[in-house]
Amino acid sequence: MADLTTVFAGIRCPNPFWLASGPPANCGEQVMRAFDEGWGGAVWKTLGDPIVNVCSRYSAVDWNGQRMMGFNNIELITDRPLELNLREIAEVKKRYPGHAVIASLMVESKREAWHEIVRRAEDSGADGLELNFGCPHGMSERGMGSAVGQVPEYARMITEWVKEAARTPVLVKLTPNITDIRAISRAARRGGADGLSAINTLNSITGIDLDTFTPRPNVGGYSAHGGYCGPAVKPIALHMIQQIAGDAETNLPVSGIGGTSGWREAAKFLLMGCGTVQVCTAVMHYGYRIVEDMIDGLSHWMDRKGFRTVDDFRGLSLPRITGWKHLDLNFRIVARIDPAKCIGCDLCYIACWDGAHQCIHLDRAPGDGNGPVVPAQIEAASRSRIAVTPIAKLATSPIDDGGHGPYRTPLARIPRVDESECVGCNLCALVCPVENCITMQEVPTGLPRESWEQRATAAASRTGH
Amino acid sequence: MSSLPLPANLERFPDLHPALSSQAALVEANRCLYCFDAPCTAACPTHIDVPRFIRKIATGNLHGSALTILASNILGLSCSRVCPVEILCEGACVLHRYNEQPIQIGRLQRDAMDHFYDGGARLPAPRAAARPGRIACIGGGPASLACAAELPAHGCDVTIFESRPLAGGLNTYGIAEYKLRPSDSLREVELIRSMGVRFETAEVGRSVSIAQIEAEYDLIFLGAGLGAMRRLGIPGEDLAGVIDALTFIADYKTAGTVDVGKRVAVIGGGNTAIDAANAARRLGAEEVHVLYRRSEKHMPAFSFEYQRSRQEGVRFHWLVRPVAIHASDSAPQRAGAVECVRVDANSPDGDTRPEPVLIPGSNFLLACDMVIPALGQSRLWSFLEADRGIQFENKCVAVDRATGQTANPRYFAGGDCVNGGREVVDAVAGGKRAARAMIRVLEARHG
Repeated sequence: MADLTTVFAGIRCPNPFWLASGPPANCGEQVMRAFDEGWGGAVWKTLGDPIVNVCSRYSAVDWNGQRMMGFNNIELITDRPLELNLREIAEVKKRYPGHAVIASLMVESKREAWHEIVRRAEDSGADGLELNFGCPHGMSERGMGSAVGQVPEYARMITEWVKEAARTPVLVKLTPNITDIRAISRAARRGGADGLSAINTLNSITGIDLDTFTPRPNVGGYSAHGGYCGPAVKPIALHMIQQIAGDAETNLPVSGIGGTSGWREAAKFLLMGCGTVQVCTAVMHYGYRIVEDMIDGLSHWMDRKGFRTVDDFRGLSLPRITGWKHLDLNFRIVARIDPAKCIGCDLCYIACWDGAHQCIHLDRAPGDGNGPVVPAQIEAASRSRIAVTPIAKLATSPIDDGGHGPYRTPLARIPRVDESECVGCNLCALVCPVENCITMQEVPTGLPRESWEQRATAAASRTGH
Repeated sequence: MSSLPLPANLERFPDLHPALSSQAALVEANRCLYCFDAPCTAACPTHIDVPRFIRKIATGNLHGSALTILASNILGLSCSRVCPVEILCEGACVLHRYNEQPIQIGRLQRDAMDHFYDGGARLPAPRAAARPGRIACIGGGPASLACAAELPAHGCDVTIFESRPLAGGLNTYGIAEYKLRPSDSLREVELIRSMGVRFETAEVGRSVSIAQIEAEYDLIFLGAGLGAMRRLGIPGEDLAGVIDALTFIADYKTAGTVDVGKRVAVIGGGNTAIDAANAARRLGAEEVHVLYRRSEKHMPAFSFEYQRSRQEGVRFHWLVRPVAIHASDSAPQRAGAVECVRVDANSPDGDTRPEPVLIPGSNFLLACDMVIPALGQSRLWSFLEADRGIQFENKCVAVDRATGQTANPRYFAGGDCVNGGREVVDAVAGGKRAARAMIRVLEARHG
């Protein structure tokens, strides 16, 4: 049975799933309920000088009828008195000594201020500190948050101040709103950080009310850019984590954040080298209870794969990311459509014609040999056929298999791939709604592996350059 | 008539397929795969571009969605409620082959149509094309409405002649209340009126002569549907308590005058028989018996209609033929029982179905206080054959299938009088096809 016990930058916890610093980790009562549901740790909502929030604070991007594919907030750090938060941290640590409680910190850029907050947070019993250099809205206008995280010198300086006072591990939380995130991860390393958390939210404007023309969230007729998170940002987070986790100059443990809502996303962050995974938006959507399946699903997957601990597979996918110039130009795959599975939606056909390389055809039915070739001609032929033909007789059964061939879908609607023209781009397989109907299959080229770099080098040496 | 639907009917006949909430419609619309050259569109007799209108619902463009529907089918509202989608668009949905429920095309269409009518039924301003041509549509049902709606945009002057007080034909008078309310049918009539179509309440052949119409109009569309329901031809048919199915349905829908009996016998096995039987149950009949002379598998009603009727508690009697209606002992002028004879289950095949052979001496009485014959409608217009050179085929108006043109080139036809009685959507397709052919004739005439 899988063992999810985790030690991250020296911090022990029963599993690698932490609440990220945010509304779900706003107070002790919440964090204790989260631990009761199974969360392994929590990064407390950022401590600092209490602020005043606005309302409203959140907005979201819905997608295809699903709520909250992306989520945006303009909420600031904690609005509760520091003493209250510290007292509750102490209470939580007393009741849950085996769980990780990390204090997220953000104060003005003064050495004394940082020393003071570090000392008080550690005195409360926090297992570690997370420096919030990432918050992209509001606080950044006051010279904090991402205003620090976007300037390597500031990030390093403040990390050094914190390390002067800190006795517990120090994590630096990185902003993605930067050209190359490694500039800051390296600065944090040089400043003495013990680990990194990435990514914080992305600058965003989620949408505009088309009746009032006011972007969301609406604060009395105005809005401000916020921080974007939720399932939509996972690919961006994975990329940035790959950049820092794969960077020899950074070489720090990473707590992965960005779009995790279940065990599969978590597994991907761990495969990309993360030591723990932090979650916020999915908890805001569904509650703490989602952690049960994160633990359960990850454990079953580890059992299937033969991994006993998280360390057994941590970072396994990192070496699989390389530069484009190192990819094999002689690797070839083509699309194959299983006619027995095809339901005849013909989405692959139109996708290939309009969005790819025009190598999928609707010409399987007898007599289609000299038929229409481009989509508009097929549509026109259908229109002319159906425009004058009254439906002759009502069918009695809903499924018309029509006796067109050996498959349940009429042959005329089952597309055919011209493999000699197929470039192996994956598009048809991506749009196909039927599982395993279109598969990309390797076609051996008989050629040795050859990358662009090798080819360019060979070409240069041939021309004597 | 102005307060249709009748308040009591709203309670007795809740919507068979209630409207989707806007969020549910969004989720359902997003389930649509947006097939290329979609089979649902081909399966619709009016060829509504289904994926296109569903996508517009998904993007929140409900007005555009409604206009997409109306461009192909001006009766998109009634069709969204009455179409047998199970065997048309939804029956063709590719998701069947993926063991998934088909997209609820009918309910999505209703969503767009409800939005359109609730928002004031705004159609784009027609092109002001003046091409002189006068067209008369005889009959005010779906075929004529669909035909007439095509014409004003081409500059034609169109008049619909309808003999009943309300237009809409069977959409207003003949469709079960839980499928379509007369008020919705009349909204469509008003939409078509707003397009510039004139309506005259006149019975052609009586208050206005066919010769008069020929003199005043260039082309004539026959969309008169069918005639009265066929009679049983058995003793006792004229007793009180015997009322044919279409009259029964029209009365309860628009007049509220029906006093339904406690035990009702419906005679026939078609969709109208089912509608009448279900209505009788909802109107308070304790027992409703459907008598059909063939077996279950030969019943012409759609199987989903039959199943629904069984759920309503209607009882079905197969292989029985009524031979007489007997008066009640207590009220000699009223029906009291139907006398039936059993039919041999192994009757020899007729053209397509077995020709019932009666079993001698198998007579029995089914007590009832109301009898609703639902034997189908008789054919109208036979005088046109002799006088106007229009030809008939199986007692229906014979037309060129691509144009709806009859043997007399000034006459076009569509709907039930051509197809013998089918779905609303078939009538719309027939009317639209004829209208487009008539426009071509007029355009050719004017060069």
